[in-house]
Amino acid sequence: MQALYGQLLVGLINGSFYALLSLGLAVIFGMLEIINFAHGALYMMGAFTAYFLLHYFGLNYWWALLFAPLIVGAFGMLLERTLLRGLQGLDPLYGLLLTFGLALVIQGIFQNYFGSSGMPYAMPAELRGAVNLGFMYLPIYRGWVVIVSLVVCLATWFLIERTRLGAYLRAATENPTLVRAFGINVPLMITLTYGLGVGLAALAGVLSAPINQVGPLMGADLIIVVFAVVVIGGMGSIMGSVITGFSLGVIEGLTKYFYPEASNTVVFVLMVLVLLVKPTGLTGRAN
Amino acid sequence: MADEIAGFFVMAVLLAAVPFTGIYPYFVMQALCFSLFACAFNLLIGYSGLLSFGHSMFLGTAGYFTAYSLKSWGVPPVAGVLIGVFAAAVLSVITGAIAIRRQGIYFAMITLALSQLMYFIYLRAPFTGGEDGIQGIPQGMLFGFIDLSNTNTLYYFILSVFLLAFLLIYRIVNSPFGEVLKSIRENEPRAISLGYKVDQYKLMAFILSGTLAGLAGSLKMFVTQNASLTDVHWTMSGEVVLMTLVGGLGTSFGPIVGAFIIVAMQQYLSEFGQWVMVMQGAVFIVCVLTFRRGIVGEIAHYFKRSL
Repeated sequence: MQALYGQLLVGLINGSFYALLSLGLAVIFGMLEIINFAHGALYMMGAFTAYFLLHYFGLNYWWALLFAPLIVGAFGMLLERTLLRGLQGLDPLYGLLLTFGLALVIQGIFQNYFGSSGMPYAMPAELRGAVNLGFMYLPIYRGWVVIVSLVVCLATWFLIERTRLGAYLRAATENPTLVRAFGINVPLMITLTYGLGVGLAALAGVLSAPINQVGPLMGADLIIVVFAVVVIGGMGSIMGSVITGFSLGVIEGLTKYFYPEASNTVVFVLMVLVLLVKPTGLTGRAN
Repeated sequence: MADEIAGFFVMAVLLAAVPFTGIYPYFVMQALCFSLFACAFNLLIGYSGLLSFGHSMFLGTAGYFTAYSLKSWGVPPVAGVLIGVFAAAVLSVITGAIAIRRQGIYFAMITLALSQLMYFIYLRAPFTGGEDGIQGIPQGMLFGFIDLSNTNTLYYFILSVFLLAFLLIYRIVNSPFGEVLKSIRENEPRAISLGYKVDQYKLMAFILSGTLAGLAGSLKMFVTQNASLTDVHWTMSGEVVLMTLVGGLGTSFGPIVGAFIIVAMQQYLSEFGQWVMVMQGAVFIVCVLTFRRGIVGEIAHYFKRSL
């Protein structure tokens, strides 16, 4: 049973990353109509930023948790202003191609300087150790990752669904021209939205740094799984992507326990099943 | 149309002259395999507007089946190619039926995910040799008497298959079927309202494209004599998108020009290691932002010709 609970926990953690990343993809897609292929690379940049902050500026994990999403998010906003802006009004496929190119550039640069292997990132002292829950030992850091991700996902949901800024955002998604006519700075909101999505990816990167090693390839395969998660969940609803992300992580964890050979592929197989039964995705609307 | 036929003859003559010029024939053979791969990919994106981000699965699947049948069963070359192409065709029927259930951006993500699924299957499947791949594939005797291990003979074999496949693609694109595909690309709801069964046309285009991509993968086995996971990895799918984009989406010769450029870039810049990847990414960005028609597309547009 210990092993089962262990795999469930690993599943929940992977699910946290899926949720944070697919949430970011959904937020960006809603506003920019772009599938951000660079999301995995930006997640990797988040982890690297935490590593740089620690090794070159002596700023520990807690500072990284704050600064890495801000720094990478600002970098994202720069990308949006300089590159993505040129694609407005074009077929969304061009956005996919451009961000794919971006992902190659970012990943290639990091691979040049850091090779392909990962570097360890020390776990913060406050979160080391484990607590005995009676039925299992819970490593504190792992519990922390799940809780932080849940809180951040809920906060994002609140921001978009329940605040005035979120209302502007949703309105601008539906009809940007009309919202602009009301005097709201839509281009700025687009930039901020991209920054928010990228910041979420960077936060996931920081959270994963002490568990998985910090390496240039950490986001490359992850993003493809997240794409499958997005296809399964649909990008229509924020809660939808969060719940889908966590559940798929758990299912993957269970597969690792019961049938480890399929753990790499289970998300893709589920995607195929969902497409056969409900092509619009579990929460998606027909387009 | 006359332009394209003239272009075809110029291309055929130039390529046929390669063994007499001192250009490294293996480079051109490799580029020809990728040209066919890119032309097959272009059949889908360029004429029916579907962006597949998983075409490496067809290249790799056909490669593995051809490689395994040539090496372990010792079948003759033609049978090896047919086995590989058939495997790619079966895979494209299955994956196509799944992927066309969503459109646009989702189609790209689904094909990418499906090809990643195939990647993990091939990583574990016993017959592919996993990380090692299948090496030392025998080239064999074509029709029992033409020795394909001779470089020049192999070159003309690859070139003939390439030219025939190019003509086939040209014929498909300019057939009534191709015209329907273009109408779906331009305005899908209109095509539906005119009574066309759009999904069937898309699926057929996907199968043709996947099968021809498989042919490229099978041919590649005679050139590299080595089947590996690189051919099924998503980076390969990205490369074929890049080749087609650089050359020109929806042009007849664009994918070939693009394939030669990208293969040359990899060949001559290989000493720069991962910088090649950075450069490829940069080319992607520049292409998307500044010349979306691609090289051949821009030339054709400038001279108002169809190429």
